[in-house]
Amino acid sequence: MPQYILNRLGQSAVVLVLVSLIGFIVLNLAPGGPMSQFALNPGMSQAELDRIAEQMGLKRPLMVQYFEWFTRLFIGDWGHSFRDGRPVLSVIAGHLPATLLLMGTATVLSVIVGTWVGVLGAVRRYSVFDTLATVGAMVALSIPTFWFGLVAIFLFSLHLGWLPAGNMYTIGDRSLGDYATHLILPVAVLALVNVAIWSRYMRSATLDVIDQDFVRTARAKGLPYRRVLTHHVIRNALLPMITLAGLQIPTILGGALVTETVFTWPGMGRLFLDSLGYSDYPVIMGILMFSAILVLLGNLLADLLVGVADPRVRLG
Amino acid sequence: MNADEKISVAHLSVAFRRGAGYVPVVQGINFNIRAGETLALVGESGSGKSVTSLAVMKLLAQAPKTRIEGSAVVADSSGRAIDLVAMSEQQMRHVRGNRVAMIFQEPLTSLNPVHRVGDQIAEAIRFHDHLSKAQARARALALLEQVGIPEPAQRMQSFPHELSGGMRQRVMIAIALAMEPDVLIADEPTTALDVTVQAQILDLLRNLQKKNGMAILFITHNFGVVAEIADRVMVMYAGRIVEQGSVAQVLSAPRMPYTQGLLAAVPRFEHAGLGQGDLGTIPGFVPDPAAPPAGCAFHPRCAFSIAGRCDSQAPALEEVEHGHQLRCLRWQELTASVECAQGGA
Amino acid sequence: MSTVATYPSFSGRLAWFSNPTLARFMRHKLAVLGVVMITLLVLACVFGPYLLHYTDLSIDIRNRFSPPLTGNHYLGTDALGRDTAARLLNAGRISLTVGFFAMLISTLIGTLIGVVAGYYRGWIGAALMRFVDAFLSFPSVFLVLVLAAFIKPSPTMITLIIAVTSWMEISRIVEAEIRSLRERDFTLAARMVGASHRWIMFRELVPNAIGPIIVAATLTIANAILLEAYISFLGYGIQPPLPSWGNMLNAAQQYLGNAPWLAIIPGLAITLAVTSFNFIGDGLRDALDGRSDLK
Repeated sequence: MPQYILNRLGQSAVVLVLVSLIGFIVLNLAPGGPMSQFALNPGMSQAELDRIAEQMGLKRPLMVQYFEWFTRLFIGDWGHSFRDGRPVLSVIAGHLPATLLLMGTATVLSVIVGTWVGVLGAVRRYSVFDTLATVGAMVALSIPTFWFGLVAIFLFSLHLGWLPAGNMYTIGDRSLGDYATHLILPVAVLALVNVAIWSRYMRSATLDVIDQDFVRTARAKGLPYRRVLTHHVIRNALLPMITLAGLQIPTILGGALVTETVFTWPGMGRLFLDSLGYSDYPVIMGILMFSAILVLLGNLLADLLVGVADPRVRLG
Repeated sequence: MNADEKISVAHLSVAFRRGAGYVPVVQGINFNIRAGETLALVGESGSGKSVTSLAVMKLLAQAPKTRIEGSAVVADSSGRAIDLVAMSEQQMRHVRGNRVAMIFQEPLTSLNPVHRVGDQIAEAIRFHDHLSKAQARARALALLEQVGIPEPAQRMQSFPHELSGGMRQRVMIAIALAMEPDVLIADEPTTALDVTVQAQILDLLRNLQKKNGMAILFITHNFGVVAEIADRVMVMYAGRIVEQGSVAQVLSAPRMPYTQGLLAAVPRFEHAGLGQGDLGTIPGFVPDPAAPPAGCAFHPRCAFSIAGRCDSQAPALEEVEHGHQLRCLRWQELTASVECAQGGA
Repeated sequence: MSTVATYPSFSGRLAWFSNPTLARFMRHKLAVLGVVMITLLVLACVFGPYLLHYTDLSIDIRNRFSPPLTGNHYLGTDALGRDTAARLLNAGRISLTVGFFAMLISTLIGTLIGVVAGYYRGWIGAALMRFVDAFLSFPSVFLVLVLAAFIKPSPTMITLIIAVTSWMEISRIVEAEIRSLRERDFTLAARMVGASHRWIMFRELVPNAIGPIIVAATLTIANAILLEAYISFLGYGIQPPLPSWGNMLNAAQQYLGNAPWLAIIPGLAITLAVTSFNFIGDGLRDALDGRSDLK
């Protein structure tokens, strides 16, 4: 077990360094690079800009600059927002809970519904349900999330008036029920794609398990059908899904950003777009790096969880 | 069903749906096994022997994908005769692992990799006897001891991949024996094991059978194993029984050319290094059940087949001596020539 | 005399498209539907604008916000009185072209990196695959938006940006495929007769991995179209007055209440195109993978 964890940690460390390298390259692509704040200011002369560049250490070799950027990334000094001067990490932290609420609710919903649809489709392969689920998932994967959000708003908010069109709460209300009604549409929109993905993979994972010898053994023992399905088929089919859940984090995070923009949900995605609008590069870079590190940690966590859930990996 | 017969199978036929029609895979199998008796079912892969066992357990895909006809009668827990073929899936669940149990060829893949072996045994008990978890685990521990697993208390906590092949098969046997079944179906249980381990597992099965008097249907393609464990043998080809009798009758004096071919394919210790020529092998393959040859199903591969007879006339199962039956049009001529040859030698 | 001899024989590399493959593909009803829909869509985008009464830029100021089927405005008009049908078809040209070329470039990058990583394994392969992992750590929507915001967007730039952020999946698929192929006999045979690494990689291995590459490429077009639509919707992609399906939706967002067709029509076009490519990809996967017959 320690060997497995060490290998995986080492791998993640390498990926983290590469992630920071990509981040550094992207940062230098910004108009004016790390000096963008000043470069965009028309009142500054070239001489002044040069002096600031000198002060900021931008005349040093790129290697040195990269190491400094990496160190600051590592110690949590991610710079300050151009907009209000607050530290980038605390700006992100302020918007994180809303995103986590949206993502978490949608993910839990997707996993439950997707598992159910996938298993049922596999058990009744080529049935009407399976065919509908397969075609439905493919169409769901093809609908642009933001457009689906717009249609949902048009239908349920503007046309029927059942649900709020955006935001996380009504000003002056903020009760639990108020949060809940605001959650319904964005969660449904975000979950649609994720249910489609999860059910597809769950179906094929279930098909991989369902014909295996140990399932036949379980039936030969005289176990009830439900028990065979839950303890033997689904339990094993979920193993590859843990890794997959890790790999799906960027998709879910990207989907959350898309959903937040349509529903003016005050999370990280909304912050990201606002920052793009204000050319607030430290925050933009901060969110980019933050989400990459989040994905990295998520993948690592998923792989470690596989180790817990699968005794063959745990001891192997 | 006779009082000491633990299972009685009559006219069992199985067909798989392919396209619009059904393809017969097993046709009109009859057999019964008494308490404490072992019947070996022998044949090449594709002959229908595994399908026969899975049909008895009703572990094949359900209708309309498969069609099972005939009957397979065993006694339920209160001693009443029940026909498995006629039972619903719901009723069948109380029979499986309880009155009729089964062990399989690959002990590694047959055990669930993510559950501890102790739990896998206890699970079989809990759902038949409605015991508490602790009681079921105590029984599981006793079973592990009974099947000869050293340090059973520790092994309860092991996962299948931590055990050797022989130990895994012992666990499978423990699961099968959990409810003291009347009938044990063993589908090539030693094929995947080393020869020494194979002998140990056969010993174990024999000893357990002596103790609890279960009837064993032992499926194998290995005549060495047959000689070791069985009382009677049934040879299957293309979904039909082609020869059956006591082990002595079939192994020492096989009458059906197919059985002779199978036996000739067995490497024998007493022939080793004596330059007796090649091991006998049967040319060709088991026929496709969707397009069986006309006449005797074995005739295209048979060295003794005669055009105009074997390829047009289907042989019936005939009794050649007490308890020894076979399916061959030419058995009388062939017996005569064998005796002739032996007499001349 | 014999007509048989005149038929070209399909063998070797072209075996992927031999008749059983085509037959399997044709049996996949949704995939055939996808091909038909894409063909119609492309034909409509190429020739459609010449058949309409308006160009995408002509402004019919008296008919602003006309609902569909008003006069000669078959799909209505937008806030400036521009013909939605004309804009939709012209936007289709842009969106499909961007999607197609983004797929081409990312397939090229992905295959190249995947082949090298799979062939050399060792530390080169490991390093390349960690690089792929690093790229995959960035949610592609975030990366595309940052790049689009940092770099002055033009259709070419947008295509490049999408390509640069969508090659990783193909790399992974190709790497896995090459790794298993290089253990096969024909690779050993090629090495034995002294073929160069480059020859083995691109003449022996890549042609044998072409099936999975084609499937992944098809799905990449679908994703590229979605990405382009999204960044254009947010205003960082294709810039008006050049129409794209995404920026049509951007404009439509604020009139959702009184002119919902402006939002519904381009969205349907995107969904139609993306669904078709996904169907085709699914059909290709089944057709190129002979094993799927058994499943």
